[in-house]
Amino acid sequence: MSSIWGVLIVAFLAGIEGVVDEWEFHQPIVACTLVGLATGNLVSGIALGAALQLVTLGWMNIGTAVAPDPALAAVVAAWWVSGPAHLPAAAGVILAIPLALIGQGLTRGLRQLIIPLVAQADTAAAQGNLRRITWLHWSSVALQGLRVMIPTALLMLLPAAWIQQGYYAIPEVLRGGLRVSAGLLVVVSFAIVINMMATRRLWPFFFIGFALATDGHLSLVALGMIGVGLAILYIKLQSKDTPHNNGTGPSQDDEDELDRELDDL
Amino acid sequence: MIYKKGVSEVENEQKLRTLTLSDQLLVFSHSGLEQAAWNYPRLQNLGFCYLMVPAIRRLYPEKEARILATQRHLELFNTMPYMQSLITGVTLSLEEDHANGKGVSDNDIRALKISMMGSLAGVADPVWWGTLRPILSAFAASLALSGFGIVGPLVFFIGWNVARLTFRWATQRWGYLQGLKVVTFLSSGVLQKLTLGASIVGMFVMGAIVPRWTRLKFAPIIASSQHASLSLQSMLDQLLPGLVPLMLTLVCVWLLRHHVKPLWLLLGVFILGLGGYWLGLLR
Repeated sequence: MSSIWGVLIVAFLAGIEGVVDEWEFHQPIVACTLVGLATGNLVSGIALGAALQLVTLGWMNIGTAVAPDPALAAVVAAWWVSGPAHLPAAAGVILAIPLALIGQGLTRGLRQLIIPLVAQADTAAAQGNLRRITWLHWSSVALQGLRVMIPTALLMLLPAAWIQQGYYAIPEVLRGGLRVSAGLLVVVSFAIVINMMATRRLWPFFFIGFALATDGHLSLVALGMIGVGLAILYIKLQSKDTPHNNGTGPSQDDEDELDRELDDL
Repeated sequence: MIYKKGVSEVENEQKLRTLTLSDQLLVFSHSGLEQAAWNYPRLQNLGFCYLMVPAIRRLYPEKEARILATQRHLELFNTMPYMQSLITGVTLSLEEDHANGKGVSDNDIRALKISMMGSLAGVADPVWWGTLRPILSAFAASLALSGFGIVGPLVFFIGWNVARLTFRWATQRWGYLQGLKVVTFLSSGVLQKLTLGASIVGMFVMGAIVPRWTRLKFAPIIASSQHASLSLQSMLDQLLPGLVPLMLTLVCVWLLRHHVKPLWLLLGVFILGLGGYWLGLLR
Protein backbone atom coordinates (compact mmCIF):
# COMPACT_ATOMS: atom_id res chain seq x y z
CA MET A 1 0.00 0.00 0.00
CA SER A 2 2.76 2.42 0.94
CA SER A 3 4.43 1.68 -2.39
CA ILE A 4 1.28 2.79 -4.23
CA TRP A 5 1.27 6.12 -2.39
CA GLY A 6 4.97 6.46 -3.08
CA VAL A 7 4.41 6.00 -6.81
CA LEU A 8 1.53 8.49 -6.78
CA ILE A 9 3.69 11.10 -5.05
CA VAL A 10 6.41 10.57 -7.66
CA ALA A 11 3.70 10.95 -10.34
CA PHE A 12 2.58 14.24 -8.79
CA LEU A 13 6.11 15.64 -8.68
CA ALA A 14 6.85 14.43 -12.20
CA GLY A 15 3.67 16.09 -13.42
CA ILE A 16 4.72 19.46 -12.01
CA GLU A 17 8.24 19.09 -13.39
CA GLY A 18 7.04 18.01 -16.82
CA VAL A 19 5.89 21.58 -17.27
CA VAL A 20 8.09 23.74 -15.03
CA ASP A 21 11.28 21.87 -16.02
CA GLU A 22 13.31 22.74 -12.92
CA TRP A 23 14.25 19.84 -10.62
CA GLU A 24 13.84 17.35 -13.48
CA PHE A 25 11.79 14.80 -11.54
CA HIS A 26 10.11 13.98 -14.83
CA GLN A 27 13.28 12.78 -16.54
CA PRO A 28 13.17 8.96 -16.67
CA ILE A 29 16.54 8.56 -14.98
CA VAL A 30 15.10 10.31 -11.91
CA ALA A 31 11.41 9.31 -12.10
CA CYS A 32 11.99 5.59 -12.77
CA THR A 33 14.62 5.43 -10.02
CA LEU A 34 12.18 6.95 -7.54
CA VAL A 35 9.41 4.55 -8.60
CA GLY A 36 11.90 1.69 -8.20
CA LEU A 37 12.66 3.00 -4.72
CA ALA A 38 8.96 3.18 -3.83
CA THR A 39 8.24 -0.34 -5.05
CA GLY A 40 11.36 -1.84 -3.50
CA ASN A 41 12.87 -2.79 -6.88
CA LEU A 42 15.50 -0.12 -7.17
CA VAL A 43 17.69 -2.07 -9.57
CA SER A 44 15.03 -2.57 -12.24
CA GLY A 45 13.87 1.03 -11.79
CA ILE A 46 17.36 2.35 -12.50
CA ALA A 47 17.82 -0.01 -15.45
CA LEU A 48 14.59 1.18 -17.06
CA GLY A 49 15.34 4.80 -16.19
CA ALA A 50 18.73 4.70 -17.88
CA ALA A 51 17.43 2.94 -21.00
CA LEU A 52 14.43 5.24 -21.30
CA GLN A 53 16.53 8.34 -20.64
CA LEU A 54 18.50 7.68 -23.81
CA VAL A 55 15.23 7.51 -25.76
CA THR A 56 13.78 10.72 -24.29
CA LEU A 57 16.85 12.96 -24.08
CA GLY A 58 15.89 14.79 -27.25
CA TRP A 59 12.39 15.68 -26.08
CA MET A 60 12.36 19.33 -25.10
CA ASN A 61 9.77 22.07 -24.80
CA ILE A 62 11.10 24.98 -26.82
CA GLY A 63 9.20 28.20 -27.34
CA THR A 64 5.53 27.36 -27.46
CA ALA A 65 5.96 23.78 -28.74
CA VAL A 66 4.99 20.81 -26.58
CA ALA A 67 7.19 17.70 -26.83
CA PRO A 68 6.02 14.18 -25.90
CA ASP A 69 5.78 14.04 -22.12
CA PRO A 70 8.37 11.87 -20.37
CA ALA A 71 6.61 12.28 -16.99
CA LEU A 72 3.60 10.00 -17.48
CA ALA A 73 5.69 7.65 -19.62
CA ALA A 74 8.45 7.20 -17.04
CA VAL A 75 6.21 6.76 -13.99
CA VAL A 76 3.73 4.30 -15.50
CA ALA A 77 6.34 2.30 -17.40
CA ALA A 78 8.41 2.07 -14.21
CA TRP A 79 5.34 0.84 -12.31
CA TRP A 80 4.89 -1.93 -14.85
CA VAL A 81 8.57 -2.86 -14.77
CA SER A 82 9.40 -2.46 -11.06
CA GLY A 83 5.90 -3.08 -9.72
CA PRO A 84 4.04 -6.38 -9.42
CA ALA A 85 3.79 -6.88 -13.22
CA HIS A 86 7.61 -7.22 -13.55
CA LEU A 87 7.77 -6.58 -17.28
CA PRO A 88 11.27 -6.54 -18.84
CA ALA A 89 12.86 -3.12 -19.23
CA ALA A 90 12.68 -3.30 -23.05
CA ALA A 91 8.89 -3.69 -22.85
CA GLY A 92 8.80 -0.66 -20.55
CA VAL A 93 10.73 1.42 -23.11
CA ILE A 94 8.28 0.50 -25.89
CA LEU A 95 5.18 1.07 -23.74
CA ALA A 96 6.57 4.45 -22.70
CA ILE A 97 6.13 5.84 -26.24
CA PRO A 98 2.30 5.73 -26.41
CA LEU A 99 2.18 6.90 -22.79
CA ALA A 100 4.35 9.90 -23.70
CA LEU A 101 1.94 10.81 -26.48
CA ILE A 102 -1.02 10.64 -24.08
CA GLY A 103 0.95 12.85 -21.69
CA GLN A 104 1.64 15.31 -24.51
CA GLY A 105 -2.09 15.50 -25.27
CA LEU A 106 -2.86 16.12 -21.59
CA THR A 107 -0.24 18.89 -21.42
CA ARG A 108 -1.76 20.63 -24.44
CA GLY A 109 -5.24 20.20 -23.03
CA LEU A 110 -4.33 21.68 -19.66
CA ARG A 111 -2.75 24.70 -21.33
CA GLN A 112 -6.22 25.43 -22.71
CA LEU A 113 -8.18 24.42 -19.62
CA ILE A 114 -6.14 26.71 -17.42
CA ILE A 115 -7.28 29.84 -19.30
CA PRO A 116 -10.29 30.55 -16.98
CA LEU A 117 -7.95 30.31 -14.00
CA VAL A 118 -5.65 32.89 -15.57
CA ALA A 119 -8.67 35.09 -16.29
CA GLN A 120 -9.38 35.04 -12.56
CA ALA A 121 -5.89 36.36 -11.99
CA ASP A 122 -6.87 39.43 -14.04
CA THR A 123 -9.77 40.04 -11.68
CA ALA A 124 -7.48 39.61 -8.68
CA ALA A 125 -4.98 42.04 -10.22
CA ALA A 126 -7.70 44.67 -10.71
CA GLN A 127 -8.34 44.47 -6.97
CA GLY A 128 -4.66 44.50 -6.12
CA ASN A 129 -5.12 41.16 -4.39
CA LEU A 130 -1.63 39.66 -4.40
CA ARG A 131 -2.55 36.83 -2.08
CA ARG A 132 -5.10 35.61 -4.60
CA ILE A 133 -2.52 35.73 -7.42
CA THR A 134 -0.22 33.54 -5.35
CA TRP A 135 -3.05 31.18 -4.51
CA LEU A 136 -4.13 30.90 -8.15
CA HIS A 137 -0.61 30.09 -9.19
CA TRP A 138 -0.31 27.39 -6.56
CA SER A 139 -3.57 25.88 -7.85
CA SER A 140 -2.09 25.65 -11.30
CA VAL A 141 0.98 23.90 -9.84
CA ALA A 142 -1.36 21.37 -8.23
CA LEU A 143 -3.26 20.92 -11.50
CA GLN A 144 0.00 20.10 -13.28
CA GLY A 145 0.74 17.46 -10.66
CA LEU A 146 -2.73 15.95 -11.00
CA ARG A 147 -2.33 15.93 -14.78
CA VAL A 148 0.04 12.98 -14.35
CA MET A 149 -1.09 11.61 -11.00
CA ILE A 150 -4.71 10.90 -12.03
CA PRO A 151 -3.89 8.96 -15.24
CA THR A 152 -1.19 7.08 -13.30
CA ALA A 153 -3.70 6.10 -10.62
CA LEU A 154 -6.17 4.93 -13.27
CA LEU A 155 -3.54 2.83 -15.05
CA MET A 156 -2.40 1.38 -11.74
CA LEU A 157 -5.90 -0.02 -11.31
CA LEU A 158 -5.16 -2.48 -14.14
CA PRO A 159 -4.36 -5.82 -12.47
CA ALA A 160 -0.71 -6.84 -12.81
CA ALA A 161 -1.82 -10.26 -14.07
CA TRP A 162 -3.51 -8.66 -17.10
CA ILE A 163 -0.40 -6.74 -18.01
CA GLN A 164 1.71 -9.88 -17.71
CA GLN A 165 -0.70 -12.07 -19.65
CA GLY A 166 -1.00 -9.38 -22.29
CA TYR A 167 2.77 -9.22 -22.67
CA TYR A 168 3.30 -12.98 -22.79
CA ALA A 169 0.38 -13.41 -25.21
CA ILE A 170 2.57 -11.60 -27.77
CA PRO A 171 4.33 -14.17 -30.01
CA GLU A 172 8.01 -14.74 -29.29
CA VAL A 173 9.05 -13.26 -32.65
CA LEU A 174 7.41 -9.96 -31.78
CA ARG A 175 8.83 -9.91 -28.25
CA GLY A 176 12.34 -10.33 -29.62
CA GLY A 177 11.60 -7.61 -32.13
CA LEU A 178 10.44 -5.30 -29.34
CA ARG A 179 13.77 -5.84 -27.60
CA VAL A 180 15.66 -4.91 -30.76
CA SER A 181 13.44 -1.87 -31.35
CA ALA A 182 13.91 -0.63 -27.79
CA GLY A 183 17.65 -0.53 -28.41
CA LEU A 184 17.25 1.32 -31.69
CA LEU A 185 14.75 4.02 -30.67
CA VAL A 186 17.56 6.14 -29.19
CA VAL A 187 18.70 7.24 -32.65
CA VAL A 188 15.56 9.36 -33.05
CA SER A 189 16.41 11.33 -29.91
CA PHE A 190 20.03 11.71 -31.02
CA ALA A 191 18.78 13.00 -34.37
CA ILE A 192 16.49 15.55 -32.71
CA VAL A 193 19.33 16.98 -30.63
CA ILE A 194 21.71 17.01 -33.61
CA ASN A 195 19.10 18.62 -35.84
CA MET A 196 18.63 21.38 -33.30
CA MET A 197 22.31 22.35 -33.22
CA ALA A 198 23.73 21.31 -36.55
CA THR A 199 25.03 23.88 -38.98
CA ARG A 200 27.48 23.26 -41.78
CA ARG A 201 30.49 24.35 -39.77
CA LEU A 202 29.57 22.18 -36.77
CA TRP A 203 29.32 18.86 -38.62
CA PRO A 204 33.09 18.15 -38.49
CA PHE A 205 32.90 18.11 -34.69
CA PHE A 206 30.19 15.48 -34.88
CA PHE A 207 32.34 13.20 -37.00
CA ILE A 208 35.46 13.74 -34.89
CA GLY A 209 33.45 12.77 -31.83
CA PHE A 210 32.12 9.71 -33.60
CA ALA A 211 35.52 8.54 -34.76
CA LEU A 212 37.13 8.98 -31.34
CA ALA A 213 34.28 7.19 -29.57
CA THR A 214 34.71 4.05 -31.62
CA ASP A 215 37.98 3.58 -29.72
CA GLY A 216 36.71 1.90 -26.57
CA HIS A 217 39.58 3.12 -24.38
CA LEU A 218 38.34 6.69 -24.19
CA SER A 219 35.81 7.28 -21.42
CA LEU A 220 32.91 9.67 -21.85
CA VAL A 221 34.62 12.12 -19.49
CA ALA A 222 37.80 12.06 -21.59
CA LEU A 223 35.70 12.63 -24.71
CA GLY A 224 33.97 15.53 -23.00
CA MET A 225 37.34 17.11 -22.24
CA ILE A 226 38.43 16.78 -25.86
CA GLY A 227 35.15 18.36 -26.93
CA VAL A 228 35.54 21.34 -24.62
CA GLY A 229 39.14 21.77 -25.73
CA LEU A 230 38.13 21.80 -29.39
CA ALA A 231 35.38 24.33 -28.72
CA ILE A 232 37.75 26.72 -26.96
CA LEU A 233 40.34 26.37 -29.73
CA TYR A 234 37.75 26.99 -32.42
CA ILE A 235 36.35 30.13 -30.80
CA LYS A 236 39.81 31.54 -30.02
CA LEU A 237 41.08 30.97 -33.55
CA GLN A 238 37.89 32.27 -35.09
CA SER A 239 37.95 35.56 -33.18
CA LYS A 240 41.61 35.96 -34.16
CA ASP A 241 40.83 35.44 -37.84
CA THR A 242 37.89 37.79 -38.03
CA PRO A 243 38.30 40.59 -35.53
CA HIS A 244 35.44 42.64 -36.98
CA ASN A 245 32.99 39.83 -37.26
CA ASN A 246 32.03 38.53 -33.87
CA GLY A 247 29.05 36.40 -33.08
CA THR A 248 27.37 35.98 -36.41
CA GLY A 249 24.91 33.15 -36.25
CA PRO A 250 24.50 30.42 -38.81
CA SER A 251 23.13 31.89 -42.01
CA GLN A 252 20.45 30.54 -44.25
CA ASP A 253 23.15 29.50 -46.72
CA ASP A 254 24.56 27.07 -44.19
CA GLU A 255 21.26 25.28 -43.91
CA ASP A 256 20.73 25.09 -47.64
CA GLU A 257 24.20 23.79 -48.19
CA LEU A 258 23.69 21.17 -45.52
CA ASP A 259 20.49 20.04 -47.15
CA ARG A 260 22.33 19.62 -50.43
CA GLU A 261 25.12 17.71 -48.76
CA LEU A 262 22.68 15.38 -47.09
CA ASP A 263 20.77 14.96 -50.31
CA ASP A 264 23.92 13.51 -51.79
CA LEU A 265 24.13 10.84 -49.12
CA MET B 1 20.38 76.13 6.84
CA ILE B 2 23.01 73.60 5.93
CA TYR B 3 22.07 71.44 8.86
CA LYS B 4 18.41 71.44 7.83
CA LYS B 5 19.23 70.42 4.29
CA GLY B 6 21.16 67.48 5.63
CA VAL B 7 18.17 66.28 7.59
CA SER B 8 15.84 66.44 4.61
CA GLU B 9 18.34 64.44 2.58
CA VAL B 10 18.40 61.74 5.20
CA GLU B 11 14.61 61.70 5.19
CA ASN B 12 14.62 61.37 1.44
CA GLU B 13 16.93 58.45 1.61
CA GLN B 14 14.80 56.75 4.18
CA LYS B 15 11.85 57.11 1.86
CA LEU B 16 13.70 55.33 -0.95
CA ARG B 17 12.15 51.93 -1.49
CA THR B 18 14.67 49.16 -1.84
CA LEU B 19 14.30 45.44 -2.25
CA THR B 20 15.94 43.67 0.65
CA LEU B 21 18.02 40.56 0.18
CA SER B 22 15.19 38.46 1.59
CA ASP B 23 12.79 39.95 -0.99
CA GLN B 24 15.21 38.91 -3.69
CA LEU B 25 15.53 35.44 -2.22
CA LEU B 26 11.74 35.14 -2.13
CA VAL B 27 11.55 36.11 -5.81
CA PHE B 28 14.30 33.56 -6.49
CA SER B 29 12.36 30.83 -4.69
CA HIS B 30 9.23 31.71 -6.69
CA SER B 31 11.07 31.82 -10.00
CA GLY B 32 11.31 28.03 -10.28
CA LEU B 33 7.54 27.64 -10.62
CA GLU B 34 7.20 30.17 -13.42
CA GLN B 35 5.88 27.79 -16.05
CA ALA B 36 3.20 26.04 -13.97
CA ALA B 37 0.37 28.23 -15.30
CA TRP B 38 1.58 28.03 -18.90
CA ASN B 39 -1.44 28.95 -21.02
CA TYR B 40 -2.51 30.08 -24.46
CA PRO B 41 -2.32 32.85 -25.52
CA ARG B 42 -0.40 34.70 -22.78
CA LEU B 43 2.03 31.85 -22.04
CA GLN B 44 4.03 32.43 -18.84
CA ASN B 45 2.18 35.60 -17.79
CA LEU B 46 0.72 34.40 -14.48
CA GLY B 47 4.01 32.71 -13.62
CA PHE B 48 5.98 35.92 -14.04
CA CYS B 49 3.44 37.92 -12.08
CA TYR B 50 3.57 35.30 -9.32
CA LEU B 51 7.33 35.53 -8.98
CA MET B 52 7.15 39.35 -8.85
CA VAL B 53 4.67 39.26 -5.94
CA PRO B 54 7.23 39.75 -3.14
CA ALA B 55 8.77 42.69 -5.00
CA ILE B 56 5.40 44.31 -5.78
CA ARG B 57 4.42 43.98 -2.13
CA ARG B 58 7.59 45.78 -1.02
CA LEU B 59 7.72 48.49 -3.69
CA TYR B 60 4.06 49.48 -3.99
CA PRO B 61 2.28 49.85 -0.66
CA GLU B 62 -0.32 52.14 -2.29
CA LYS B 63 -3.21 50.25 -3.79
CA GLU B 64 -3.31 52.19 -7.07
CA ALA B 65 0.34 51.55 -7.94
CA ARG B 66 0.10 47.97 -6.77
CA ILE B 67 -2.77 47.25 -9.14
CA LEU B 68 -0.87 48.80 -12.06
CA ALA B 69 2.27 46.78 -11.31
CA THR B 70 0.33 43.53 -11.00
CA GLN B 71 -1.43 44.13 -14.29
CA ARG B 72 1.83 45.08 -15.96
CA HIS B 73 3.34 41.70 -15.14
CA LEU B 74 0.25 39.74 -16.16
CA GLU B 75 0.92 40.61 -19.77
CA LEU B 76 2.23 38.05 -22.26
CA PHE B 77 5.61 36.65 -21.37
CA ASN B 78 7.59 33.64 -22.53
CA THR B 79 11.26 32.79 -22.36
CA MET B 80 13.56 29.94 -21.52
CA PRO B 81 12.81 29.46 -17.81
CA TYR B 82 16.42 29.68 -16.55
CA MET B 83 17.16 32.82 -18.55
CA GLN B 84 14.10 34.37 -16.96
CA SER B 85 16.24 34.90 -13.84
CA LEU B 86 18.39 37.43 -15.67
CA ILE B 87 15.30 39.22 -17.00
CA THR B 88 13.83 39.09 -13.50
CA GLY B 89 16.95 40.68 -12.04
CA VAL B 90 16.92 43.57 -14.51
CA THR B 91 13.15 43.97 -14.08
CA LEU B 92 13.57 44.16 -10.29
CA SER B 93 16.13 46.93 -10.70
CA LEU B 94 13.84 48.85 -13.08
CA GLU B 95 10.80 48.39 -10.84
CA GLU B 96 12.79 49.79 -7.94
CA ASP B 97 13.71 52.87 -9.98
CA HIS B 98 10.11 53.17 -11.14
CA ALA B 99 8.81 53.03 -7.57
CA ASN B 100 11.31 55.72 -6.55
CA GLY B 101 10.35 57.96 -9.46
CA LYS B 102 13.78 57.79 -11.08
CA GLY B 103 12.59 58.28 -14.65
CA VAL B 104 11.71 54.71 -15.56
CA SER B 105 8.23 54.49 -17.03
CA ASP B 106 6.03 51.41 -16.99
CA ASN B 107 6.44 51.20 -20.75
CA ASP B 108 10.21 51.00 -20.32
CA ILE B 109 9.75 47.94 -18.15
CA ARG B 110 7.37 46.35 -20.69
CA ALA B 111 9.76 47.02 -23.55
CA LEU B 112 12.71 45.59 -21.66
CA LYS B 113 10.93 42.32 -20.87
CA ILE B 114 9.76 41.88 -24.45
CA SER B 115 13.15 42.68 -25.97
CA MET B 116 15.07 40.35 -23.66
CA MET B 117 12.76 37.35 -23.66
CA GLY B 118 13.08 36.30 -27.28
CA SER B 119 16.78 36.82 -27.80
CA LEU B 120 17.78 35.15 -24.53
CA ALA B 121 15.59 32.12 -25.13
CA GLY B 122 17.18 31.58 -28.54
CA VAL B 123 20.63 31.63 -26.96
CA ALA B 124 19.81 29.50 -23.92
CA ASP B 125 17.73 26.69 -25.46
CA PRO B 126 20.67 25.08 -27.30
CA VAL B 127 22.88 25.35 -24.20
CA TRP B 128 20.54 23.90 -21.57
CA TRP B 129 18.19 21.61 -23.49
CA GLY B 130 20.42 20.90 -26.50
CA THR B 131 23.78 20.35 -24.81
CA LEU B 132 23.83 20.17 -21.03
CA ARG B 133 20.81 18.00 -20.40
CA PRO B 134 21.44 15.41 -23.15
CA ILE B 135 25.13 15.12 -22.20
CA LEU B 136 24.64 14.99 -18.44
CA SER B 137 21.72 12.56 -18.67
CA ALA B 138 23.48 10.32 -21.20
CA PHE B 139 26.55 10.28 -18.96
CA ALA B 140 24.37 9.42 -15.95
CA ALA B 141 22.57 6.71 -17.92
CA SER B 142 25.90 5.24 -19.00
CA LEU B 143 27.07 5.16 -15.38
CA ALA B 144 23.85 3.43 -14.33
CA LEU B 145 24.05 0.88 -17.15
CA SER B 146 27.69 0.04 -16.53
CA GLY B 147 27.19 -1.12 -12.97
CA PHE B 148 27.34 2.05 -10.90
CA GLY B 149 23.62 1.83 -10.16
CA ILE B 150 22.26 4.68 -8.08
CA VAL B 151 25.32 6.84 -8.73
CA GLY B 152 24.00 7.56 -12.23
CA PRO B 153 20.68 9.13 -11.20
CA LEU B 154 22.39 10.98 -8.34
CA VAL B 155 25.01 12.48 -10.65
CA PHE B 156 22.29 13.76 -12.95
CA PHE B 157 20.00 15.09 -10.22
CA ILE B 158 22.68 16.80 -8.14
CA GLY B 159 24.74 18.00 -11.09
CA TRP B 160 21.79 19.52 -12.90
CA ASN B 161 20.27 21.24 -9.90
CA VAL B 162 23.50 22.67 -8.57
CA ALA B 163 24.21 24.16 -12.00
CA ARG B 164 20.65 25.44 -12.40
CA LEU B 165 20.28 27.02 -8.97
CA THR B 166 23.72 28.63 -9.12
CA PHE B 167 22.99 30.03 -12.57
CA ARG B 168 19.55 31.30 -11.56
CA TRP B 169 20.69 33.09 -8.42
CA ALA B 170 23.86 34.49 -9.97
CA THR B 171 22.06 35.91 -13.01
CA GLN B 172 19.17 37.33 -11.01
CA ARG B 173 21.54 39.03 -8.58
CA TRP B 174 23.76 40.28 -11.40
CA GLY B 175 20.77 41.60 -13.35
CA TYR B 176 19.50 43.42 -10.27
CA LEU B 177 22.86 45.01 -9.48
CA GLN B 178 23.72 45.99 -13.06
CA GLY B 179 20.27 46.97 -14.28
CA LEU B 180 20.24 48.22 -17.84
CA LYS B 181 24.01 47.72 -18.24
CA VAL B 182 23.17 44.06 -18.79
CA VAL B 183 21.54 44.93 -22.11
CA THR B 184 24.73 46.60 -23.34
CA PHE B 185 26.75 43.60 -22.25
CA LEU B 186 24.43 41.19 -24.05
CA SER B 187 24.73 43.09 -27.32
CA SER B 188 28.51 42.56 -27.29
CA GLY B 189 28.08 39.03 -28.64
CA VAL B 190 29.55 37.16 -25.67
CA LEU B 191 26.46 35.00 -25.35
CA GLN B 192 26.57 34.03 -29.02
CA LYS B 193 30.12 32.79 -28.50
CA LEU B 194 29.03 30.81 -25.48
CA THR B 195 26.21 29.24 -27.47
CA LEU B 196 28.56 28.41 -30.31
CA GLY B 197 30.96 26.76 -27.86
CA ALA B 198 28.16 24.77 -26.26
CA SER B 199 26.91 23.68 -29.67
CA ILE B 200 30.40 22.47 -30.63
CA VAL B 201 30.67 20.40 -27.45
CA GLY B 202 27.13 19.19 -27.99
CA MET B 203 27.74 18.07 -31.57
CA PHE B 204 31.03 16.43 -30.58
CA VAL B 205 29.51 14.49 -27.70
CA MET B 206 26.44 13.49 -29.73
CA GLY B 207 28.85 12.07 -32.27
CA ALA B 208 30.47 10.10 -29.47
CA ILE B 209 27.19 8.92 -28.01
CA VAL B 210 25.80 7.52 -31.28
CA PRO B 211 28.13 4.50 -31.58
CA ARG B 212 28.35 3.92 -27.83
CA TRP B 213 24.70 3.93 -26.88
CA THR B 214 22.79 2.55 -29.83
CA ARG B 215 22.22 -1.10 -29.18
CA LEU B 216 22.27 -2.80 -32.55
CA LYS B 217 23.60 -6.29 -33.10
CA PHE B 218 23.51 -8.21 -36.30
CA ALA B 219 22.78 -11.92 -36.24
CA PRO B 220 26.12 -13.71 -35.79
CA ILE B 221 26.33 -15.61 -39.02
CA ILE B 222 25.12 -14.74 -42.47
CA ALA B 223 26.86 -17.47 -44.42
CA SER B 224 28.81 -20.52 -43.39
CA SER B 225 30.56 -23.44 -45.00
CA GLN B 226 32.53 -26.33 -43.51
CA HIS B 227 35.68 -24.22 -43.36
CA ALA B 228 34.59 -20.77 -42.33
CA SER B 229 31.68 -18.69 -41.29
CA LEU B 230 31.08 -15.13 -42.25
CA SER B 231 29.76 -12.74 -39.63
CA LEU B 232 28.24 -9.49 -40.77
CA GLN B 233 28.81 -7.88 -37.38
CA SER B 234 32.53 -8.64 -37.31
CA MET B 235 32.87 -7.48 -40.91
CA LEU B 236 31.20 -4.18 -40.07
CA ASP B 237 33.31 -3.84 -36.92
CA GLN B 238 36.41 -4.27 -39.06
CA LEU B 239 35.27 -1.48 -41.33
CA LEU B 240 34.04 0.92 -38.67
CA PRO B 241 32.23 0.08 -35.44
CA GLY B 242 28.96 1.94 -35.12
CA LEU B 243 28.68 2.60 -38.84
CA VAL B 244 25.09 1.42 -39.08
CA PRO B 245 23.86 3.48 -36.08
CA LEU B 246 25.62 6.45 -37.68
CA MET B 247 23.82 5.98 -40.99
CA LEU B 248 20.53 5.50 -39.19
CA THR B 249 21.03 8.70 -37.19
CA LEU B 250 21.98 10.70 -40.28
CA VAL B 251 18.90 9.44 -42.13
CA CYS B 252 16.77 10.56 -39.16
CA VAL B 253 18.40 14.03 -39.17
CA TRP B 254 17.80 14.29 -42.89
CA LEU B 255 14.15 13.34 -42.49
CA LEU B 256 13.72 15.84 -39.64
CA ARG B 257 15.15 18.55 -41.90
CA HIS B 258 12.47 17.63 -44.38
CA HIS B 259 9.80 18.16 -41.77
CA VAL B 260 9.03 14.56 -41.01
CA LYS B 261 7.49 14.42 -37.54
CA PRO B 262 9.60 12.66 -34.83
CA LEU B 263 6.61 10.45 -34.10
CA TRP B 264 6.83 8.95 -37.59
CA LEU B 265 10.55 8.38 -37.10
CA LEU B 266 9.88 6.54 -33.84
CA LEU B 267 7.31 4.41 -35.63
CA GLY B 268 9.66 3.77 -38.54
CA VAL B 269 12.55 2.73 -36.30
CA PHE B 270 10.17 0.54 -34.31
CA ILE B 271 9.07 -1.28 -37.45
CA LEU B 272 12.69 -1.53 -38.61
CA GLY B 273 13.59 -3.28 -35.36
CA LEU B 274 10.65 -5.67 -35.56
CA GLY B 275 11.31 -6.44 -39.22
CA GLY B 276 15.03 -6.88 -38.71
CA TYR B 277 14.45 -9.40 -35.96
CA TRP B 278 11.73 -11.20 -37.89
CA LEU B 279 14.05 -11.58 -40.88
CA GLY B 280 16.74 -12.92 -38.58
CA LEU B 281 19.08 -10.08 -39.48
CA LEU B 282 19.14 -8.35 -36.09
CA ARG B 283 19.18 -9.84 -32.67
